[in-house]
Amino acid sequence: MDVDEIVRRWELDQLFTDYVHCLDANELERWPDLFTEECFYRITSAENYEAGRPLGLIYATSRNMLRDRVSALREANIYEPQRYRHLVSSINIVGNAANVTGPLDVVANFLVVRTMQDGEMTIFGAGRYVDRVTHDAGRWKFASKTVVLDSRQIDTLLAIPI
Amino acid sequence: MDQAKEQSPSHRPPFQWPAEGNARVPYRVFCDQEIYREELTRIFLGPTWQFLTLANELPTPGDYLTTFVGETPVIVTRGHDGQIRAMQNRCAHRGNLVCLKRRGHTDDLTCVYHAWRYDLEGNLKSVAFRRGVAGRGGMPDSFRLDQHGLKKLRVAAFGDLVFGTFSPDAPPLSDYIGNLIGSRIHRVLRRKPKVLGTTSQILHNNWKLYFENVRDTYHATLLHTFFTTFRLSRLTSEGGVDIAESGAHHASYTRNKVDRVDAASSDKIYAGISSLNENFRLADPSFLTSVEEFGDDTTTQILSLFPNFVLQQIQNCIALRLVLPKGPDKTELQWTYIGFEEDDTEMTALRLAQANLVGPAGYVSMEDGAVGNFIQRAIHGSEEDCSVLEMGGFEHSSEPNRTTEASVRGFWQVYRPLMGF
Repeated sequence: MDVDEIVRRWELDQLFTDYVHCLDANELERWPDLFTEECFYRITSAENYEAGRPLGLIYATSRNMLRDRVSALREANIYEPQRYRHLVSSINIVGNAANVTGPLDVVANFLVVRTMQDGEMTIFGAGRYVDRVTHDAGRWKFASKTVVLDSRQIDTLLAIPI
Repeated sequence: MDQAKEQSPSHRPPFQWPAEGNARVPYRVFCDQEIYREELTRIFLGPTWQFLTLANELPTPGDYLTTFVGETPVIVTRGHDGQIRAMQNRCAHRGNLVCLKRRGHTDDLTCVYHAWRYDLEGNLKSVAFRRGVAGRGGMPDSFRLDQHGLKKLRVAAFGDLVFGTFSPDAPPLSDYIGNLIGSRIHRVLRRKPKVLGTTSQILHNNWKLYFENVRDTYHATLLHTFFTTFRLSRLTSEGGVDIAESGAHHASYTRNKVDRVDAASSDKIYAGISSLNENFRLADPSFLTSVEEFGDDTTTQILSLFPNFVLQQIQNCIALRLVLPKGPDKTELQWTYIGFEEDDTEMTALRLAQANLVGPAGYVSMEDGAVGNFIQRAIHGSEEDCSVLEMGGFEHSSEPNRTTEASVRGFWQVYRPLMGF
Protein backbone atom coordinates (compact mmCIF):
# COMPACT_ATOMS: atom_id res chain seq x y z
CA MET A 1 0.00 0.00 0.00
CA ASP A 2 1.63 3.26 -1.04
CA VAL A 3 1.53 6.51 0.87
CA ASP A 4 -1.07 8.11 -1.41
CA GLU A 5 -3.45 5.28 -0.73
CA ILE A 6 -2.89 5.48 3.02
CA VAL A 7 -3.53 9.22 2.92
CA ARG A 8 -6.67 8.68 0.86
CA ARG A 9 -8.00 6.17 3.36
CA TRP A 10 -7.31 8.61 6.17
CA GLU A 11 -9.11 11.40 4.27
CA LEU A 12 -12.16 9.23 3.63
CA ASP A 13 -12.20 8.26 7.27
CA GLN A 14 -12.24 11.97 8.15
CA LEU A 15 -15.16 12.56 5.76
CA PHE A 16 -17.27 9.87 7.40
CA THR A 17 -16.25 10.98 10.89
CA ASP A 18 -17.28 14.53 10.07
CA TYR A 19 -20.51 13.28 8.49
CA VAL A 20 -21.74 11.42 11.57
CA HIS A 21 -20.53 14.20 13.83
CA CYS A 22 -22.81 16.69 12.02
CA LEU A 23 -25.79 14.40 12.56
CA ASP A 24 -25.02 13.21 16.10
CA ALA A 25 -23.86 16.55 17.51
CA ASN A 26 -26.79 18.49 16.07
CA GLU A 27 -24.62 20.45 13.66
CA LEU A 28 -27.08 19.77 10.88
CA GLU A 29 -26.40 23.05 9.09
CA ARG A 30 -22.91 21.78 8.20
CA TRP A 31 -24.21 18.44 6.93
CA PRO A 32 -25.03 19.60 3.34
CA ASP A 33 -21.50 21.02 2.99
CA LEU A 34 -20.17 17.47 2.86
CA PHE A 35 -21.98 16.93 -0.43
CA THR A 36 -21.30 18.28 -3.92
CA GLU A 37 -23.74 20.83 -5.29
CA GLU A 38 -25.35 18.37 -7.73
CA CYS A 39 -25.40 15.54 -5.23
CA PHE A 40 -27.85 12.70 -4.85
CA TYR A 41 -29.04 11.53 -1.43
CA ARG A 42 -31.58 8.83 -0.71
CA ILE A 43 -32.70 6.81 2.30
CA THR A 44 -34.34 3.53 1.38
CA SER A 45 -34.78 -0.05 2.57
CA ALA A 46 -32.83 -3.10 1.45
CA GLU A 47 -36.14 -4.42 0.13
CA ASN A 48 -36.63 -1.47 -2.24
CA TYR A 49 -32.95 -1.35 -3.12
CA GLU A 50 -32.75 -5.01 -4.04
CA ALA A 51 -35.99 -4.85 -6.04
CA GLY A 52 -34.65 -1.89 -8.01
CA ARG A 53 -37.48 0.32 -6.74
CA PRO A 54 -36.36 3.94 -6.76
CA LEU A 55 -38.34 5.31 -3.78
CA GLY A 56 -36.54 7.32 -1.13
CA LEU A 57 -37.89 8.20 2.30
CA ILE A 58 -35.70 11.23 1.93
CA TYR A 59 -34.85 11.92 -1.70
CA ALA A 60 -32.64 14.81 -2.74
CA THR A 61 -31.15 15.65 -6.10
CA SER A 62 -29.25 18.76 -5.04
CA ARG A 63 -27.36 20.15 -2.06
CA ASN A 64 -30.08 22.79 -1.75
CA MET A 65 -32.65 20.06 -1.17
CA LEU A 66 -30.48 18.86 1.73
CA ARG A 67 -30.39 22.40 3.10
CA ASP A 68 -34.18 22.47 2.88
CA ARG A 69 -34.37 19.27 4.91
CA VAL A 70 -32.39 20.94 7.64
CA SER A 71 -34.38 24.16 7.61
CA ALA A 72 -37.65 22.18 7.67
CA LEU A 73 -36.41 20.33 10.75
CA ARG A 74 -35.52 23.64 12.36
CA GLU A 75 -38.52 25.73 11.27
CA ALA A 76 -41.40 23.60 10.09
CA ASN A 77 -41.64 20.01 11.24
CA ILE A 78 -42.93 18.97 14.64
CA TYR A 79 -41.16 16.07 16.35
CA GLU A 80 -39.95 15.27 19.82
CA PRO A 81 -36.40 16.12 20.90
CA GLN A 82 -34.13 13.21 20.07
CA ARG A 83 -30.54 12.42 19.29
CA TYR A 84 -28.70 9.82 17.25
CA ARG A 85 -25.48 7.97 17.85
CA HIS A 86 -23.98 6.57 14.65
CA LEU A 87 -21.39 3.82 14.63
CA VAL A 88 -19.78 3.41 11.22
CA SER A 89 -17.57 0.51 10.13
CA SER A 90 -14.33 0.85 8.24
CA ILE A 91 -14.82 2.00 4.68
CA ASN A 92 -14.59 -0.43 1.82
CA ILE A 93 -13.49 1.02 -1.52
CA VAL A 94 -15.39 -1.09 -4.01
CA GLY A 95 -15.06 0.74 -7.30
CA ASN A 96 -12.51 2.80 -9.20
CA ALA A 97 -9.94 2.13 -6.46
CA ALA A 98 -6.99 2.81 -8.77
CA ASN A 99 -8.05 6.43 -9.13
CA VAL A 100 -6.39 8.33 -6.28
CA THR A 101 -8.42 11.53 -6.57
CA GLY A 102 -11.70 9.84 -7.32
CA PRO A 103 -14.49 9.52 -7.98
CA LEU A 104 -14.60 6.38 -5.87
CA ASP A 105 -17.36 3.97 -4.99
CA VAL A 106 -17.27 3.24 -1.29
CA VAL A 107 -19.42 1.20 1.08
CA ALA A 108 -19.60 1.27 4.87
CA ASN A 109 -21.89 -0.28 7.46
CA PHE A 110 -23.69 1.80 10.07
CA LEU A 111 -25.71 1.40 13.23
CA VAL A 112 -27.85 4.25 14.58
CA VAL A 113 -29.14 4.33 18.14
CA ARG A 114 -31.89 6.90 18.78
CA THR A 115 -32.40 8.34 22.24
CA MET A 116 -35.58 10.24 23.03
CA GLN A 117 -35.94 13.03 25.58
CA ASP A 118 -37.32 10.65 28.22
CA GLY A 119 -34.29 8.41 27.82
CA GLU A 120 -35.89 5.69 25.73
CA MET A 121 -33.23 4.18 23.49
CA THR A 122 -33.85 2.09 20.38
CA ILE A 123 -31.71 0.68 17.63
CA PHE A 124 -33.26 2.99 15.09
CA GLY A 125 -31.52 1.67 12.03
CA ALA A 126 -28.78 -0.58 10.73
CA GLY A 127 -27.59 -0.90 7.19
CA ARG A 128 -24.99 0.34 4.79
CA TYR A 129 -23.99 3.45 2.96
CA VAL A 130 -23.54 2.92 -0.78
CA ASP A 131 -21.72 6.05 -1.82
CA ARG A 132 -19.76 7.80 -4.50
CA VAL A 133 -17.18 10.26 -3.24
CA THR A 134 -15.28 12.76 -5.32
CA HIS A 135 -12.66 15.46 -4.89
CA ASP A 136 -14.37 18.84 -4.81
CA ALA A 137 -12.58 22.10 -4.01
CA GLY A 138 -9.63 20.26 -2.50
CA ARG A 139 -11.49 17.79 -0.30
CA TRP A 140 -13.56 14.65 -0.53
CA LYS A 141 -17.28 15.08 -0.76
CA PHE A 142 -20.27 12.85 -1.33
CA ALA A 143 -21.47 13.04 -4.92
CA SER A 144 -24.00 10.36 -4.10
CA LYS A 145 -25.08 8.73 -0.89
CA THR A 146 -27.65 5.95 -0.69
CA VAL A 147 -28.59 4.92 2.83
CA VAL A 148 -29.80 1.32 2.61
CA LEU A 149 -31.63 0.34 5.79
CA ASP A 150 -31.79 -3.38 6.53
CA SER A 151 -35.33 -3.02 7.88
CA ARG A 152 -38.39 -1.80 6.05
CA GLN A 153 -39.87 -0.48 9.29
CA ILE A 154 -39.30 2.98 10.70
CA ASP A 155 -40.19 3.53 14.32
CA THR A 156 -42.65 6.47 14.58
CA LEU A 157 -40.89 8.87 12.22
CA LEU A 158 -37.60 9.69 10.58
CA ALA A 159 -36.64 13.29 11.27
CA ILE A 160 -32.85 13.60 11.44
CA PRO A 161 -31.12 12.18 8.36
CA ILE A 162 -29.04 9.00 8.68
CA MET B 1 -52.10 -3.85 47.93
CA ASP B 2 -55.60 -4.10 46.55
CA GLN B 3 -54.79 -6.99 44.27
CA ALA B 4 -58.29 -8.31 43.87
CA LYS B 5 -59.50 -4.95 42.63
CA GLU B 6 -56.67 -4.67 40.12
CA GLN B 7 -57.31 -8.10 38.69
CA SER B 8 -61.02 -7.77 38.33
CA PRO B 9 -62.41 -5.56 35.59
CA SER B 10 -65.82 -5.67 37.21
CA HIS B 11 -65.24 -2.50 39.25
CA ARG B 12 -65.17 -0.49 36.03
CA PRO B 13 -68.37 1.19 34.96
CA PRO B 14 -70.08 -0.65 32.10
CA PHE B 15 -69.19 0.77 28.73
CA GLN B 16 -71.76 3.12 27.34
CA TRP B 17 -71.44 5.49 24.41
CA PRO B 18 -72.18 9.09 25.41
CA ALA B 19 -75.58 10.59 24.59
CA GLU B 20 -73.96 13.12 22.21
CA GLY B 21 -73.44 10.24 19.75
CA ASN B 22 -70.70 10.60 17.15
CA ALA B 23 -69.70 14.01 18.50
CA ARG B 24 -68.06 12.28 21.48
CA VAL B 25 -65.54 9.42 21.50
CA PRO B 26 -64.69 7.78 24.82
CA TYR B 27 -60.91 7.50 25.17
CA ARG B 28 -61.43 3.98 26.44
CA VAL B 29 -61.87 2.73 22.87
CA PHE B 30 -58.24 3.65 22.19
CA CYS B 31 -56.72 1.77 25.14
CA ASP B 32 -58.95 -1.10 26.19
CA GLN B 33 -57.62 -4.62 25.52
CA GLU B 34 -61.10 -6.16 25.50
CA ILE B 35 -62.45 -3.62 23.02
CA TYR B 36 -59.39 -4.19 20.85
CA ARG B 37 -59.98 -7.95 20.80
CA GLU B 38 -63.62 -7.38 19.90
CA GLU B 39 -62.58 -5.11 17.03
CA LEU B 40 -60.39 -7.82 15.53
CA THR B 41 -63.42 -10.10 15.39
CA ARG B 42 -66.31 -7.73 14.72
CA ILE B 43 -64.59 -5.28 12.38
CA PHE B 44 -61.54 -6.85 10.75
CA LEU B 45 -63.01 -10.38 10.49
CA GLY B 46 -66.50 -8.91 10.23
CA PRO B 47 -68.54 -7.66 7.25
CA THR B 48 -65.88 -5.26 5.95
CA TRP B 49 -63.57 -5.45 2.94
CA GLN B 50 -59.85 -5.40 3.67
CA PHE B 51 -57.25 -4.21 1.19
CA LEU B 52 -54.89 -7.08 0.31
CA THR B 53 -52.65 -5.93 -2.54
CA LEU B 54 -52.35 -4.25 -5.91
CA ALA B 55 -53.05 -6.86 -8.59
CA ASN B 56 -49.74 -6.19 -10.32
CA GLU B 57 -47.79 -7.12 -7.19
CA LEU B 58 -48.60 -10.69 -8.27
CA PRO B 59 -47.80 -10.55 -12.00
CA THR B 60 -47.24 -14.27 -12.68
CA PRO B 61 -49.22 -17.44 -11.84
CA GLY B 62 -47.55 -18.99 -8.81
CA ASP B 63 -46.67 -15.60 -7.25
CA TYR B 64 -47.74 -15.15 -3.66
CA LEU B 65 -47.41 -12.62 -0.88
CA THR B 66 -48.40 -12.60 2.77
CA THR B 67 -50.28 -9.87 4.58
CA PHE B 68 -52.79 -9.44 7.38
CA VAL B 69 -56.52 -9.01 7.83
CA GLY B 70 -56.51 -7.33 11.19
CA GLU B 71 -53.97 -9.47 12.99
CA THR B 72 -54.90 -12.61 11.08
CA PRO B 73 -52.14 -13.67 8.68
CA VAL B 74 -53.26 -14.36 5.12
CA ILE B 75 -51.68 -15.58 1.90
CA VAL B 76 -52.60 -13.96 -1.41
CA THR B 77 -51.82 -16.05 -4.50
CA ARG B 78 -52.16 -15.84 -8.24
CA GLY B 79 -53.29 -19.30 -9.28
CA HIS B 80 -52.31 -21.23 -12.38
CA ASP B 81 -55.60 -20.00 -13.88
CA GLY B 82 -54.51 -16.37 -13.37
CA GLN B 83 -57.05 -15.73 -10.59
CA ILE B 84 -56.05 -13.95 -7.40
CA ARG B 85 -57.18 -15.73 -4.24
CA ALA B 86 -56.60 -15.35 -0.54
CA MET B 87 -56.57 -17.80 2.34
CA GLN B 88 -55.61 -17.84 5.96
CA ASN B 89 -51.88 -18.41 6.51
CA ARG B 90 -52.43 -21.13 9.09
CA CYS B 91 -52.02 -24.81 8.42
CA ALA B 92 -55.25 -26.77 8.93
CA HIS B 93 -53.24 -29.43 10.75
CA ARG B 94 -51.53 -27.85 13.77
CA GLY B 95 -51.82 -24.16 13.09
CA ASN B 96 -48.35 -23.45 11.72
CA LEU B 97 -47.63 -20.57 9.33
CA VAL B 98 -47.73 -22.07 5.85
CA CYS B 99 -45.87 -19.24 4.07
CA LEU B 100 -42.94 -17.83 5.98
CA LYS B 101 -41.70 -15.30 3.42
CA ARG B 102 -43.29 -11.95 2.68
CA ARG B 103 -43.43 -12.84 -1.00
CA GLY B 104 -42.31 -15.52 -3.38
CA HIS B 105 -43.17 -17.85 -6.22
CA THR B 106 -44.30 -21.45 -5.80
CA ASP B 107 -46.22 -24.29 -7.42
CA ASP B 108 -48.00 -25.20 -4.22
CA LEU B 109 -48.15 -24.26 -0.55
CA THR B 110 -46.44 -26.78 1.69
CA CYS B 111 -46.30 -26.46 5.45
CA VAL B 112 -42.73 -26.93 6.72
CA TYR B 113 -43.85 -28.64 9.94
CA HIS B 114 -45.42 -31.89 8.63
CA ALA B 115 -45.40 -31.28 4.87
CA TRP B 116 -49.14 -30.89 4.41
CA ARG B 117 -49.45 -29.61 0.88
CA TYR B 118 -52.09 -27.23 -0.46
CA ASP B 119 -52.70 -25.92 -3.96
CA LEU B 120 -52.69 -22.18 -4.71
CA GLU B 121 -56.41 -22.06 -3.91
CA GLY B 122 -55.82 -23.44 -0.42
CA ASN B 123 -57.20 -26.94 -1.06
CA LEU B 124 -55.37 -29.70 0.80
CA LYS B 125 -53.77 -31.98 -1.80
CA SER B 126 -51.65 -34.37 0.24
CA VAL B 127 -50.61 -35.28 3.76
CA ALA B 128 -47.17 -36.77 4.41
CA PHE B 129 -47.29 -40.45 5.45
CA ARG B 130 -51.06 -40.44 5.08
CA ARG B 131 -51.06 -44.26 4.63
CA GLY B 132 -48.39 -44.70 7.32
CA VAL B 133 -44.98 -46.31 6.91
CA ALA B 134 -44.57 -50.02 6.26
CA GLY B 135 -48.18 -50.66 7.10
CA ARG B 136 -48.10 -48.89 10.46
CA GLY B 137 -49.40 -45.50 11.51
CA GLY B 138 -51.04 -43.14 9.07
CA MET B 139 -54.29 -41.25 9.05
CA PRO B 140 -57.56 -43.07 9.78
CA ASP B 141 -59.64 -44.00 6.75
CA SER B 142 -62.19 -41.42 7.80
CA PHE B 143 -59.73 -38.57 7.13
CA ARG B 144 -60.86 -36.55 4.13
CA LEU B 145 -58.51 -34.10 2.37
CA ASP B 146 -61.41 -31.92 1.26
CA GLN B 147 -62.40 -31.25 4.86
CA HIS B 148 -59.05 -29.76 5.81
CA GLY B 149 -58.22 -26.94 3.43
CA LEU B 150 -56.92 -23.51 4.37
CA LYS B 151 -59.68 -21.13 5.39
CA LYS B 152 -60.58 -19.08 2.31
CA LEU B 153 -61.44 -15.42 1.97
CA ARG B 154 -63.83 -13.90 -0.50
CA VAL B 155 -61.73 -11.85 -2.90
CA ALA B 156 -62.85 -9.01 -5.17
CA ALA B 157 -61.06 -6.34 -7.14
CA PHE B 158 -61.88 -2.67 -7.63
CA GLY B 159 -59.72 -1.80 -10.63
CA ASP B 160 -56.23 -2.86 -9.62
CA LEU B 161 -57.02 -2.80 -5.90
CA VAL B 162 -57.62 -6.30 -4.53
CA PHE B 163 -59.70 -6.70 -1.38
CA GLY B 164 -60.68 -9.69 0.72
CA THR B 165 -63.08 -10.54 3.51
CA PHE B 166 -63.61 -13.53 5.78
CA SER B 167 -67.26 -12.59 6.17
CA PRO B 168 -70.10 -14.00 4.06
CA ASP B 169 -72.13 -10.96 5.16
CA ALA B 170 -70.04 -8.24 3.51
CA PRO B 171 -71.99 -6.78 0.58
CA PRO B 172 -70.46 -7.01 -2.92
CA LEU B 173 -67.30 -4.87 -3.02
CA SER B 174 -68.65 -2.31 -5.50
CA ASP B 175 -71.75 -1.81 -3.33
CA TYR B 176 -69.55 -1.59 -0.24
CA ILE B 177 -67.47 1.22 -1.80
CA GLY B 178 -70.38 2.90 -3.57
CA ASN B 179 -70.41 5.28 -6.52
CA LEU B 180 -69.52 8.50 -4.72
CA ILE B 181 -66.19 7.25 -3.35
CA GLY B 182 -65.68 4.73 -6.16
CA SER B 183 -65.56 7.53 -8.71
CA ARG B 184 -62.94 9.28 -6.56
CA ILE B 185 -60.81 6.11 -6.64
CA HIS B 186 -61.19 5.86 -10.42
CA ARG B 187 -60.24 9.52 -10.73
CA VAL B 188 -56.73 8.70 -9.45
CA LEU B 189 -56.33 5.08 -10.59
CA ARG B 190 -57.44 5.28 -14.21
CA ARG B 191 -54.15 3.95 -15.50
CA LYS B 192 -52.01 0.88 -14.78
CA PRO B 193 -50.13 1.51 -11.54
CA LYS B 194 -46.42 0.93 -11.18
CA VAL B 195 -44.96 0.53 -7.67
CA LEU B 196 -42.12 2.96 -6.96
CA GLY B 197 -41.38 1.53 -3.52
CA THR B 198 -42.80 0.65 -0.14
CA THR B 199 -42.13 1.49 3.46
CA SER B 200 -43.65 0.81 6.81
CA GLN B 201 -44.04 2.89 9.92
CA ILE B 202 -44.55 1.56 13.44
CA LEU B 203 -46.91 3.92 15.25
CA HIS B 204 -47.19 3.66 19.01
CA ASN B 205 -50.87 4.38 19.10
CA ASN B 206 -54.23 2.75 18.54
CA TRP B 207 -55.08 2.18 14.86
CA LYS B 208 -58.21 4.34 15.10
CA LEU B 209 -56.20 7.39 16.15
CA TYR B 210 -54.35 7.20 12.86
CA PHE B 211 -57.53 6.60 10.91
CA GLU B 212 -59.24 9.56 12.58
CA ASN B 213 -56.22 11.66 11.61
CA VAL B 214 -56.56 10.62 7.95
CA ARG B 215 -60.23 11.59 7.94
CA ASP B 216 -59.73 14.80 9.86
CA THR B 217 -59.91 17.61 7.31
CA TYR B 218 -59.70 20.22 10.06
CA HIS B 219 -56.14 19.47 11.25
CA ALA B 220 -54.10 19.35 8.06
CA THR B 221 -53.42 23.04 7.56
CA LEU B 222 -53.00 23.66 11.28
CA LEU B 223 -50.56 20.89 12.20
CA HIS B 224 -48.60 20.79 8.94
CA THR B 225 -46.57 23.94 8.41
CA PHE B 226 -45.54 22.75 4.99
CA PHE B 227 -49.10 22.73 3.66
CA THR B 228 -49.94 26.19 4.89
CA THR B 229 -46.69 28.04 4.40
CA PHE B 230 -46.27 26.89 0.81
CA ARG B 231 -49.99 27.17 -0.01
CA LEU B 232 -50.16 23.46 -0.93
CA SER B 233 -53.39 23.26 0.95
CA ARG B 234 -55.34 25.82 2.90
CA LEU B 235 -58.89 25.86 4.07
CA THR B 236 -59.23 29.15 2.21
CA SER B 237 -58.81 27.28 -1.07
CA GLU B 238 -61.72 25.58 -2.73
CA GLY B 239 -62.28 22.11 -1.40
CA GLY B 240 -64.59 19.85 0.47
CA VAL B 241 -65.26 16.38 1.68
CA ASP B 242 -67.33 13.63 0.09
CA ILE B 243 -68.66 11.11 2.59
CA ALA B 244 -70.43 7.85 1.74
CA GLU B 245 -74.04 7.89 2.89
CA SER B 246 -73.29 5.29 5.59
CA GLY B 247 -70.38 7.40 6.82
CA ALA B 248 -67.98 4.54 6.10
CA HIS B 249 -65.73 6.09 3.46
CA HIS B 250 -64.52 9.56 2.68
CA ALA B 251 -62.62 11.63 0.14
CA SER B 252 -61.43 15.12 1.00
CA TYR B 253 -60.18 17.31 -1.80
CA THR B 254 -58.45 20.62 -2.32
CA ARG B 255 -58.24 22.76 -5.42
CA ASN B 256 -55.51 25.03 -4.19
CA LYS B 257 -55.32 27.10 -7.36
CA VAL B 258 -58.91 28.12 -6.82
CA ASP B 259 -58.81 30.46 -3.86
CA ARG B 260 -62.02 31.49 -2.18
CA VAL B 261 -60.28 34.58 -0.87
CA ASP B 262 -57.23 36.47 -2.15
CA ALA B 263 -53.74 35.56 -0.95
CA ALA B 264 -53.49 38.46 1.49
CA SER B 265 -56.83 37.63 3.08
CA SER B 266 -55.82 34.00 3.33
CA ASP B 267 -52.61 35.01 5.14
CA LYS B 268 -54.74 37.15 7.45
CA ILE B 269 -57.01 34.21 8.28
CA TYR B 270 -53.95 32.08 9.12
CA ALA B 271 -52.15 34.91 10.96
CA GLY B 272 -51.17 33.83 14.43
CA ILE B 273 -51.43 30.14 13.58
CA SER B 274 -48.05 28.48 13.90
CA SER B 275 -48.41 26.57 10.64
CA LEU B 276 -47.98 29.81 8.67
CA ASN B 277 -44.28 30.47 8.99
CA GLU B 278 -43.15 33.53 7.06
CA ASN B 279 -39.49 32.87 7.91
CA PHE B 280 -39.40 29.48 6.28
CA ARG B 281 -38.21 29.54 2.68
CA LEU B 282 -36.97 26.68 0.52
CA ALA B 283 -33.62 26.88 -1.28
CA ASP B 284 -34.87 24.44 -3.92
CA PRO B 285 -38.67 24.57 -4.19
CA SER B 286 -38.70 23.10 -7.71
CA PHE B 287 -40.21 19.79 -6.56
CA LEU B 288 -43.38 21.57 -5.46
CA THR B 289 -44.21 22.50 -9.05
CA SER B 290 -46.84 19.97 -10.00
CA VAL B 291 -48.07 18.60 -13.26
CA GLU B 292 -51.83 18.73 -13.82
CA GLU B 293 -52.50 15.05 -14.53
CA PHE B 294 -56.14 14.56 -13.58
CA GLY B 295 -57.66 17.48 -15.46
CA ASP B 296 -59.74 18.84 -12.58
CA ASP B 297 -57.40 21.17 -10.64
CA THR B 298 -57.67 18.88 -7.61
CA THR B 299 -54.25 19.14 -6.04
CA THR B 300 -54.86 17.01 -2.97
CA GLN B 301 -57.29 14.15 -2.47
CA ILE B 302 -57.19 12.00 0.65
CA LEU B 303 -59.55 9.04 0.46
CA SER B 304 -60.28 6.39 3.05
CA LEU B 305 -62.26 3.17 2.99
CA PHE B 306 -63.59 1.77 6.24
CA PRO B 307 -61.94 0.41 8.24
CA ASN B 308 -58.25 0.84 7.33
CA PHE B 309 -57.37 1.72 3.72
CA VAL B 310 -56.17 5.07 2.38
CA LEU B 311 -55.55 6.29 -1.16
CA GLN B 312 -53.65 9.55 -1.24
CA GLN B 313 -52.94 12.04 -4.00
CA ILE B 314 -50.90 14.99 -2.83
CA GLN B 315 -49.84 16.92 -5.92
CA ASN B 316 -48.32 14.15 -8.08
CA CYS B 317 -47.39 11.92 -5.16
CA ILE B 318 -49.75 8.94 -5.04
CA ALA B 319 -49.64 6.34 -2.32
CA LEU B 320 -51.74 3.58 -0.81
CA ARG B 321 -51.69 3.26 2.95
CA LEU B 322 -52.80 0.24 4.93
CA VAL B 323 -53.39 0.64 8.66
CA LEU B 324 -52.74 -2.67 10.44
CA PRO B 325 -53.62 -3.07 14.13
CA LYS B 326 -50.85 -4.61 16.23
CA GLY B 327 -52.31 -4.22 19.70
CA PRO B 328 -54.37 -1.57 21.53
CA ASP B 329 -51.45 0.87 21.40
CA LYS B 330 -49.46 -0.27 18.37
CA THR B 331 -50.15 0.10 14.65
CA GLU B 332 -48.23 -0.68 11.50
CA LEU B 333 -48.75 1.81 8.71
CA GLN B 334 -47.74 0.32 5.38
CA TRP B 335 -47.08 2.67 2.47
CA THR B 336 -47.02 1.74 -1.22
CA TYR B 337 -45.95 4.60 -3.47
CA ILE B 338 -47.06 4.35 -7.07
CA GLY B 339 -46.73 5.96 -10.44
CA PHE B 340 -48.20 4.70 -13.70
CA GLU B 341 -46.82 2.46 -16.43
CA GLU B 342 -46.72 5.25 -18.99
CA ASP B 343 -44.87 7.73 -16.76
CA ASP B 344 -41.76 9.06 -18.48
CA THR B 345 -38.45 9.64 -16.68
CA GLU B 346 -39.38 13.21 -15.79
CA MET B 347 -42.73 12.24 -14.31
CA THR B 348 -41.15 9.48 -12.24
CA ALA B 349 -38.50 11.94 -11.03
CA LEU B 350 -41.24 14.38 -9.99
CA ARG B 351 -43.15 11.69 -8.10
CA LEU B 352 -39.97 10.60 -6.31
CA ALA B 353 -39.15 14.19 -5.38
CA GLN B 354 -42.70 14.81 -4.13
CA ALA B 355 -42.50 11.59 -2.10
CA ASN B 356 -40.49 13.81 0.26
CA LEU B 357 -43.88 15.19 1.35
CA VAL B 358 -45.20 11.94 2.81
CA GLY B 359 -44.14 8.78 4.61
CA PRO B 360 -42.17 8.49 7.86
CA ALA B 361 -39.84 11.34 6.85
CA GLY B 362 -42.47 13.35 4.98
CA TYR B 363 -42.36 17.13 5.16
CA VAL B 364 -46.13 17.00 5.58
CA SER B 365 -46.89 13.66 7.14
CA MET B 366 -44.03 13.34 9.61
CA GLU B 367 -46.25 14.91 12.26
CA ASP B 368 -49.00 12.35 11.70
CA GLY B 369 -46.61 9.63 12.87
CA ALA B 370 -46.19 11.42 16.16
CA VAL B 371 -49.53 13.02 16.97
CA GLY B 372 -51.36 9.72 17.53
CA ASN B 373 -48.70 8.76 20.05
CA PHE B 374 -49.05 12.14 21.78
CA ILE B 375 -52.76 11.38 22.22
CA GLN B 376 -52.11 7.80 23.33
CA ARG B 377 -49.80 9.10 26.06
CA ALA B 378 -52.13 11.92 27.07
CA ILE B 379 -55.24 9.80 27.58
CA HIS B 380 -53.76 7.52 30.25
CA GLY B 381 -56.00 7.78 33.28
CA SER B 382 -58.79 9.37 31.24
CA GLU B 383 -60.56 6.32 29.94
CA GLU B 384 -63.93 7.61 31.09
CA ASP B 385 -63.43 10.98 29.37
CA CYS B 386 -64.20 11.76 25.74
CA SER B 387 -62.85 13.64 22.76
CA VAL B 388 -65.07 16.33 21.24
CA LEU B 389 -66.01 16.20 17.55
CA GLU B 390 -68.30 19.16 16.97
CA MET B 391 -66.50 21.05 14.22
CA GLY B 392 -69.04 21.47 11.45
CA GLY B 393 -71.89 20.30 13.66
CA PHE B 394 -73.11 16.80 14.44
CA GLU B 395 -73.75 15.26 11.03
CA HIS B 396 -71.58 13.00 8.91
CA SER B 397 -72.61 14.05 5.42
CA SER B 398 -70.65 15.51 2.50
CA GLU B 399 -69.73 19.17 2.76
CA PRO B 400 -68.32 21.69 0.29
CA ASN B 401 -65.73 22.76 2.85
CA ARG B 402 -63.13 21.12 5.07
CA THR B 403 -63.59 23.11 8.27
CA THR B 404 -65.42 20.13 9.66
CA GLU B 405 -65.01 16.82 11.45
CA ALA B 406 -67.89 15.25 9.52
CA SER B 407 -65.83 12.40 8.07
CA VAL B 408 -64.41 11.53 11.49
CA ARG B 409 -67.97 11.31 12.81
CA GLY B 410 -68.80 9.13 9.79
CA PHE B 411 -66.20 6.61 10.95
CA TRP B 412 -67.85 6.31 14.37
CA GLN B 413 -71.27 6.11 12.75
CA VAL B 414 -70.19 2.83 11.16
CA TYR B 415 -67.95 1.62 13.97
CA ARG B 416 -70.51 1.81 16.76
CA PRO B 417 -73.19 -0.57 15.44
CA LEU B 418 -70.52 -3.06 14.34
CA MET B 419 -69.18 -3.05 17.90
CA GLY B 420 -72.60 -2.98 19.53
CA PHE B 421 -71.92 0.46 21.04
